[in-house]
Order: sequence, then structure tokens, then C-alpha cells
Amino acid sequence: MWQWFHKLGSPKWFFGIAGRLIPWLGFGALILLGVGIVWGLLFAPADYQQGDSYRIIFIHVPSAYLGQSLYVAMAVAGAVGLIWRMKMADTFIAATAPVGAALTFVALFTGAVWGKPTWGTWWVWDARLTSMLLLFFLYLGVMALRRALEDPENRARASAILTLVGVVNIPIIKFSVEWWNTLHQPASIKMTEAPAMPASMWVPLLICAIGFHLLAGWLILMRMRNEILYRERRARWVRDWLLSQ
Amino acid sequence: MQPESRTPVTLRESGDGLIRAGVTTFRRELLIAFREKQDVINPLVFFVLIVSLFPLGISPETEFLRDAGAGIIWVAALLAILLSLNMLFRNDYADGYLEQWVLSPQPLAMMALVRVSAVWVASVVPLLLLVPLLGLMLHLPAERIGVLTLTLLMGSPVLLLIGAIGAALTVSVRNSGMLLALLMTPFYVPVLIFGTGAVTAFGQGASITGHLAILGAMLALAIVLAPLAIAAGLRMSVANG
Amino acid sequence: MSTTLLEARQLYCERDDRVLFSGLDLSVGSGDIVRIAGPNGAGKTTLLRVLAGLNLSFEGGLSWYGYPLHQQRDWYQANMLFLGHRAGITASLTPLENLRCWVDMRRPHREELLWEALADVGLEGYEDIPSAHLSAGQQRRVALARLYLSTEPVWLLDEAFTAIDQGAVKVLESLISSRAAQGGAVVLSTHHRLQLDECRVLELGGSLGFAT
Repeated sequence: MWQWFHKLGSPKWFFGIAGRLIPWLGFGALILLGVGIVWGLLFAPADYQQGDSYRIIFIHVPSAYLGQSLYVAMAVAGAVGLIWRMKMADTFIAATAPVGAALTFVALFTGAVWGKPTWGTWWVWDARLTSMLLLFFLYLGVMALRRALEDPENRARASAILTLVGVVNIPIIKFSVEWWNTLHQPASIKMTEAPAMPASMWVPLLICAIGFHLLAGWLILMRMRNEILYRERRARWVRDWLLSQ
Repeated sequence: MQPESRTPVTLRESGDGLIRAGVTTFRRELLIAFREKQDVINPLVFFVLIVSLFPLGISPETEFLRDAGAGIIWVAALLAILLSLNMLFRNDYADGYLEQWVLSPQPLAMMALVRVSAVWVASVVPLLLLVPLLGLMLHLPAERIGVLTLTLLMGSPVLLLIGAIGAALTVSVRNSGMLLALLMTPFYVPVLIFGTGAVTAFGQGASITGHLAILGAMLALAIVLAPLAIAAGLRMSVANG
Repeated sequence: MSTTLLEARQLYCERDDRVLFSGLDLSVGSGDIVRIAGPNGAGKTTLLRVLAGLNLSFEGGLSWYGYPLHQQRDWYQANMLFLGHRAGITASLTPLENLRCWVDMRRPHREELLWEALADVGLEGYEDIPSAHLSAGQQRRVALARLYLSTEPVWLLDEAFTAIDQGAVKVLESLISSRAAQGGAVVLSTHHRLQLDECRVLELGGSLGFAT
């Protein structure tokens, strides 16, 4: 376990492993998302309450879920980076922040699109939408801080500290926004709480969810490999690798 | 100049005099605030200005102002604190005192807590003193002004403590004001919600102990955790000089 | 008989793809004076900040009395005085207040010692003037007054002689050597050629080697 952990800290080793994983993740994502989305959009039955508009969940739910969990993953990487001073942890944060922000944005956008036929308006200050919006700002904050700091070591430590502070606050923000929402708005139709979803709905949703995970993994590993090449640009192995291409 | 030091070389035990160092840090902050009065006054003026924008921009009707007044004052206080965060460590960083302070043999997180408390006393308490006046201008009933002041009394230290984390992280960044606002505003949302929520609940005749308990819990959490993050941020910021 | 206070083993540090130093060993004992020399950008400041425990982006080991430094941070900081490029003098406070705050963060101050220290650096009559009104050299002298109040065995002085006149440099040299004679240890970087016989010189390359 520890040996594996130490290997994980080696950019060269990680670069190699990531290179081998990337095609699997990429093709896996392509196939699963293709199957899941076609199934979900064309073949899954319509919802008796919401009709066809519910079909947005095949994109909305996985991206919302990943948008949240990627922030937690960044915070875990931040803790690893601070405690064990592992440089790969910061590579992960650098690669993940824009991906997480993009997925959160997709969740917000699809939420708004779903809101138009369901609530009759593009934007509702719904608890989920509002907390996703704040999460989106948290991602933008991490990215802005990274851009502002020039020293790579400082950038790594600062984003680690910020994501840790963020992860402590996310539950508080979610809780407060939900509480605020119940105060100001009677409960409307919830987006994801379809009780006892039939298999013909949740199977494509599951496929889409796995597909989105692979897609995120693919994007993050690609970005991490780029980042590694840049950071290690003076290293001999990078020169050798580039020459071998 | 003298060619010899007056004090002999002495090997010391690690950091003693926590209280003395804390008192020093606290007094220094107050003294500087007293000398640099403009840094204290500007956010106060800003606070009053923002509040006065709402009647001008939306509606001067008594009805509206009474309903929205607490929220307006809360948002204005939040912005005034947010925009003054920039100055929290800036001068000390620029002249090199910050690194001397970080290098003093005292637990940095404790010193950071003391320092933020001093800033709260010097800059935020005057702001709270203006709240009743602004409340009257927005036609808030007296009891509601009392509740509003109480929630700000509990919420503003949380704002300052959380904001100080961002200030510590960005002190080495030039023109960090906007960046700091971007970083910290999402973290301010829960405090704002429960602060204004208490006043609204009070206005509807509901109990507000729950709100105050949650604000208190956030304050306790901020007092315990924020200094650690502030200390880590400061250590990072002084690393390269 | 000199005891080793601060020891660095196999220090490696790079900045912006440039190796500042690599495999650097340094042992500083009581009575030692070490001058870090080298051209601009050679890493003198970085090395001093690493030794002070400020800069953490380096590889290698630092020890204090034989213990790993990062485990003894408080103990080390109680016994180390660092003077950086920036003097750490607060403009709105008087020299006296500046010194009082600095000492009180470390140990109880004695008022008459503060006055004497300011007199020692030639700032008689300036004790109660806001430091903003002092010249750069005078502000530097306020910072140097800390040396006269210091009990710390280790001094790390980064470009301590900037902005002060020739005469004062002479006095500082003798202050440093008398400090070493008392059992202190001084590591300093300066472009001045010191008139100190017991001084060791650590030459930093400033070579344009790249990290591998």
C-alpha cells in the first residue's frame, strides 16, 4: 500500500500509468455515454408526471453529482499535499478545478433548461440550484487564486488550504441554503426524487453516471499529463519521451 | 554606535509568555488603528453609503424599507468587512513585520486569533455602533434593530475570521481586493442567511433562539478552525519574502 | 570548544527551473561567523530564508541541536534572530514602540534597555517620532537595534548593511565578531567585504545549471 502510495508521488511513474489508462477511459466514456444517452433520450419511457422533460436527468444528475464529489476529491488531494508534501496532489488540483467547474456549470445549465417547462421560468432560487451556484463560485475561487499566485509552491499550498476550508464549509452552505429555501418557498417538484424509478429509467441513468465518471477521469488524466510535462519540462525523461514520440 | 551587544547570548526554552505576546499583538493592532484612523473610517463611510443606495435605487417607501432593512444592513456590513479585509495583513507584509511576527516563538494560530479579535474591536465594533442609526433611517422598529445588532454581533466575527483566511492566502498578491471578494463571498452565505433569518423570524413573531444557536455554533467553529487556516496561509505567504 | 547549533545537510533548492544550490552542507556552531557570498540571484536570500525556517520549498535536512528543525520550530525560533531585506519596521509606530513590540513577542522587555539600544544605533532623540518620518538608513538602524537587545544565539542577517554608512558598518562588524566571541553564531549575506578574520565564506555558484 505504502509503496503504491510512494509510486503515486512520482511524476514519471504516474505519467506512464495515466498514458496507459487514458485510452480505456476515453473509449469507455464514449461507449457508455453513447449507449446511456441514446437509451435515456430515445427509449426510456416518459415520466407520468413530467413527461419528456425529465430526460435531462441523464445529463444533469451525473454532472451535478460529479461537480460536488470532485471538489471533495480536490480537498482530499489538498490534505495529502499538505501532509505528505506530495507534488502530484497539486497536479491533481490543477487539473481537476476546471473540470469540476465545467461539470457544475453543466448541472446549472441543464437545471435551468429543466426549470423552464417544469417551473415555467429559467431560474428559480431553488435550494439545489442555489447551492450548485455557490459551488460553481467556489471552483472559480480556486482557479482565480491559482492564477494570482506565481510561485508554484505557494500556489500548491494556497489551493490546498482553500479547498480544505471549502470542504468544511460546503455542508454548512448546503444546509443553510436548504433551510433558507424551505423558509421562502413551498416545496415544489423535486428534480431527482422520483420514488421507485423503474429499471428502464435507472439503468440508463446508471450507465450515464458511470460514463460521466470515465469522462471526468479521462479529462483529468489528460490534463494531469499535460501539467506533468510542463512541470517536469527540464527532466531528462520528458526529453526522452518527447523524442520517442 | 556601540560595538557590543548589551544582552548576553542565552539559550532559551521554547516560547514562554503567551499572554504577554497576546497582549502585545492586541495592543499593537489597536495602536496602529488609532494612528491610521483613515483605515478605520473609510469602511464606516462605505457602510453608510451602501445602505443609502437602497432607498435611492429601489424605493424609499417605509413599507419596503421596513421589510428589507435588516437584509440591507447585513449585506452592507458584509461588504464593508469584505472590502477592508485586503488591509488586514497588507502593511505588515510590505514592511517585513509579518515575517518577524511569524518567526516569534509563539503559537501562530493563537496569535492570529488575538490579532483578528483586535481588528474586530478596532474596525467592526464602530460599524456595529452605526447600526441603530441606520436602522432608524430604514424605519426599522426598535426591537428589530436590537435583534439585528445582536445577530451582527455574533456574525461579524465569523465574517472577519473566515475573511482573514483569504487575506492570509492573498497577502502576497498585488491588487488582491477583487480576488479576495471572489474567494470569500460564497463562505459568507450561511452567516448572512442565519443573520437575516433571525431578524425576519423575529418580525413574524417566531422564536429566534434556533437562529442564534446556529450563529453561535458557526462562531465557535470559526474560532476553533479559522486560526489554523490563517496561520497556514501566513506561513505560506511569508515563505518567499 | 564549539557546539553545533544549526546544521544543514544536502540542501537542494531550485527556483524558476534554476538550481540555486544542491548538495549544500553547512554546520554552524557557537563562535562561527559565516558569510554567504555570490552574485545577484545566486540564492543568498533563499538560503537564509531556508535556514530561518521561512522558506519550506527545499529538499534536504535541517537540524537544531541535532534534532530535526521542523519538530523544534518553537524552540528554534526562541533562539534565532532573522533580519531580512525588509526591516519589519511599522511606519505608524515610533522606533521605541517598534522595538517594544518586537521584544515582547519574545521575552519581557526592559524599558531602559530599549532606550540604550536606540542610542547604540545612533537614534538618540528619534525615539518618539513615527518611523515613517525616518530616513531609510535610520529605519534600518531601528531594525539593527534588535541586535543590541538580542539574546538569541543564532543570527541570520540578510543584507544587513544596506542603506547604512561606512562608519556604522565598521561598528557592526565589531558587534558581530564580539557576538561570536561570546558564543553566538552569525550567518550573513552581504556584498561588503568584511574585515573579520574568523569569518568563513560560503560561495554560492549562481551558475545557470538546470534541474534534472
